Amino acid sequence: MNTLAAPVGQPLARVDGPLKVTGQARYAAEFGAPGLLHGVVVCSRIARGQVLRIDAREAEALDGVVLVLTHENRPPVASYDKPYQDDDAADGSPFRPLFNDRVLYSGQPLALVVAETRELARHAASLVRIEYRQEPHQTDLLAVREQAHEAPEPPPAPRGDFAGAFAAAPVRVECEYQTPVEHHNPMETHASTVFYQADGGLLVHDKTQGVQNCQRYLEQVFGLQGRIRVLAPFVGGAFGSGLRPQYQLPLAVMAALKLQRSVRVELSRQQMFTFGYRPRSLQRLRLGADRDGRLQALAHQALGQTSRFEDFTEHEVDWSGMLYACDNVQLGYRLAALDVYTPLDMRAPGAAIGVFALECAMDELAYAASVDPLELRLRNYSEVNGNQGKRYSSKELRACYVQGAERFGWAQRPQAPRSLREGNQLIGMGMATGVWEALQMPASARACIDADGRLQVSSATADIGTGTYTAMTQIAAAALGLPMEAVEFRLGDSNLPQAPLEGGSATVSSVGSAVHQACLALRQKLLDAAQQSPASPFTGASLDDVAFANGSMRLKRPPYTALALERIVGVSGALEAEVRVEPGEQRKNWATATHSAVFVEVRVDEELGTVKVSRVVSAVAAGRVVNPQTAGNQIVGGVVWGIGQALHEETLIDHRLGRYMNHNLAEYHLPVQADIPSIEAIFVEEHDSVVNALGSKGVGEIGIVGVAAAVANAVYHATGKRVRELPITLDKLL
Amino acid sequence: MSQNLPAAGAPAACRILLELNGERRELEVQPWTTLLDLLRDQLGLSGTKKGCDHGQCGACTVLVDGRRINSCLSLAVMQDGAKVTTVEGLAGADGLHPMQAAFVRHDAFQCGYCTPGQICSAVGLANENRAHTRDELREQMSGNLCRCGAYPNILAAIEDALPTLRGQGGDA
Repeated sequence: MNTLAAPVGQPLARVDGPLKVTGQARYAAEFGAPGLLHGVVVCSRIARGQVLRIDAREAEALDGVVLVLTHENRPPVASYDKPYQDDDAADGSPFRPLFNDRVLYSGQPLALVVAETRELARHAASLVRIEYRQEPHQTDLLAVREQAHEAPEPPPAPRGDFAGAFAAAPVRVECEYQTPVEHHNPMETHASTVFYQADGGLLVHDKTQGVQNCQRYLEQVFGLQGRIRVLAPFVGGAFGSGLRPQYQLPLAVMAALKLQRSVRVELSRQQMFTFGYRPRSLQRLRLGADRDGRLQALAHQALGQTSRFEDFTEHEVDWSGMLYACDNVQLGYRLAALDVYTPLDMRAPGAAIGVFALECAMDELAYAASVDPLELRLRNYSEVNGNQGKRYSSKELRACYVQGAERFGWAQRPQAPRSLREGNQLIGMGMATGVWEALQMPASARACIDADGRLQVSSATADIGTGTYTAMTQIAAAALGLPMEAVEFRLGDSNLPQAPLEGGSATVSSVGSAVHQACLALRQKLLDAAQQSPASPFTGASLDDVAFANGSMRLKRPPYTALALERIVGVSGALEAEVRVEPGEQRKNWATATHSAVFVEVRVDEELGTVKVSRVVSAVAAGRVVNPQTAGNQIVGGVVWGIGQALHEETLIDHRLGRYMNHNLAEYHLPVQADIPSIEAIFVEEHDSVVNALGSKGVGEIGIVGVAAAVANAVYHATGKRVRELPITLDKLL
Repeated sequence: MSQNLPAAGAPAACRILLELNGERRELEVQPWTTLLDLLRDQLGLSGTKKGCDHGQCGACTVLVDGRRINSCLSLAVMQDGAKVTTVEGLAGADGLHPMQAAFVRHDAFQCGYCTPGQICSAVGLANENRAHTRDELREQMSGNLCRCGAYPNILAAIEDALPTLRGQGGDA
């Protein structure tokens, strides 16, 4: 069947591009209403303790201040854990905003000041006085590493005999790596605008990666089943920060319910550091190999931080058991609880830091065994996911290595560190492998062709900049042979057909499959409709006998009649099909993953210790690429994230106060334009008939994975210095 | 609205005159209101974005008399008499501004939230006529953060549109 014809695979401009470049795309805090109230959050100044008294008299005395909401006067909310457990909840007892007087972390919301204008609310918030009973706190992972516990979701079971094989291995590497807390920091801060409807229902604009996740959360927490609708047509970046409902959402709803008025709550940039983040990690790698560098033993132990109320787990060490061939593997993953908020999935959760450690250790092994780092990876190549004992449904990683290396010019690289320089610039080249899961989740979509022949397809997914609008439009247009202009894709509305959270690089795989199937179902309805007319040339034809192209349905056999879809629906009226697609059974027999090979050149100033990434090539195997332009942009963005992880990003905490010190965009360093060199993204050809009907694996995460290791390895190659603690700042190189 | 009801002892609202996106506007603003909040909250021009409110991200970049500024760092009253252009004022009757068109062509954004600021900043940069090499462009666009990391495409879009804009020599 010709179901994946153009425009699938074409580098088309984003369908939402014109709205974004003209300022017409509207985000959660940009929907207004007459009389809209504004809420500003007051956050805890202590990391642990109890609120004794909240004195809001001065704030409430101001003309225009409508309400100071606290745990003492909030509307009723659920008290058990379950109603608060959203689709991305960690194990444990979720945070309940304004629930009681307990302070669980610094930055915790303790009050919401609601006023007629945002400026007034902000001023009034500064007048709220909170008295605390402070308790001793602990926020330093290093201080509690001995008090860690097993993660509730354990890593894959050990295989073989690690201890014996490691002891016997002629080449051994043993290293410890550290990665810091990082914050998502999407450019749009989290915000919720809640419209209080005449019937007491709520229409909510929220910054989220899952409108239905937020809808369910609000319904459960406030007992408002069937009375909540959540919208998020545009999301100003998220990278995981929108996977769970953040506290501004229930706070805005509390105020709206209490006042029976519409309320908006926007967080400040500083408050973007008062919820989830990428957790700090300590990781220990032990690699044992034969003299040729073939892995004999591998152990990867990680310690991650979590909160005292939830156990946040991510797949941090699993990658070490699946990326290379090794018979003796031992993986460990422990958590230590601190007086902090629960960590949260952040772009390539677990992999971004776990693969960093693995791929740095592999580079160290390459030097210990005197093997070229790329050659070392080829010698340890695996067609099987060793954790599962299953072959990969497709794995064109070899092509990534070959094409990436050629494009980068890896063959010219001398192995010895400090062998390249230009004046005082030490030049280094490093590489690493990247890997991410190729997931699929159940998803639904509806396709409706109206009497004018225009196709509207919808699903309650999100487009956080990933290009969902465009990719889904392409998939639908291809399935029905319509031009892009005749197709509209709608998302970000909890009333639309069910969609999973937009995350984990699974949207094309999950929602794309549903869109594809919905359009195929619509084909059948179009054929049925055409067969209704007497003496139809399509009588007796099955879907296999017709093709959909150029806006028409055409018989593939004589008399080759073509009938414009417009004419079919002109007679039948609008046609609609809705499907739910589950991950295919065939997936169970296979391992599914995306892979990449990343090559990085750095220049390190010998006297100043400054590091500049000067060139990056990332070769990716991700199955069928729906839109090479938007997918390429995802890869490049991931590489930029990897550069930030390697060189810039670190949320610093003052452990005496238990609070973040650099909670703003001047002191939390993100890569800027001047930090980013030319980045080349290559998609190698990869055919996969197992992952889903589209053969498409998703690209949101794979771009970042391995990049920080490639940078660190390049820094070693340039300087001869191993920095095992991110970010690699100049003080660590001097 | 309490916008017009300052607390006792607070200074009274001020009247200012702006040429906003080509239109003469007489406005009443509070002395503490930033240009950004005037645009977003009072005038409903939400194309100009708020990413930090501290002049650290560039999402709020607008053109004032052709110069790019962070509108969160300017009080509205400071711009009395100025010509202010926001992203909503760039496209003409004949379609997108060349910089906007280049951003679409080069896929110079993902989420779109930094985009209005990037575009205004790039138009301002064209007016400055200082950046000539790629590295100079990178340096002089470094006040506009893009968390999605679309920097290489942003650079490509600007390089593409610059010759056209410099040919025009206008200040948008």
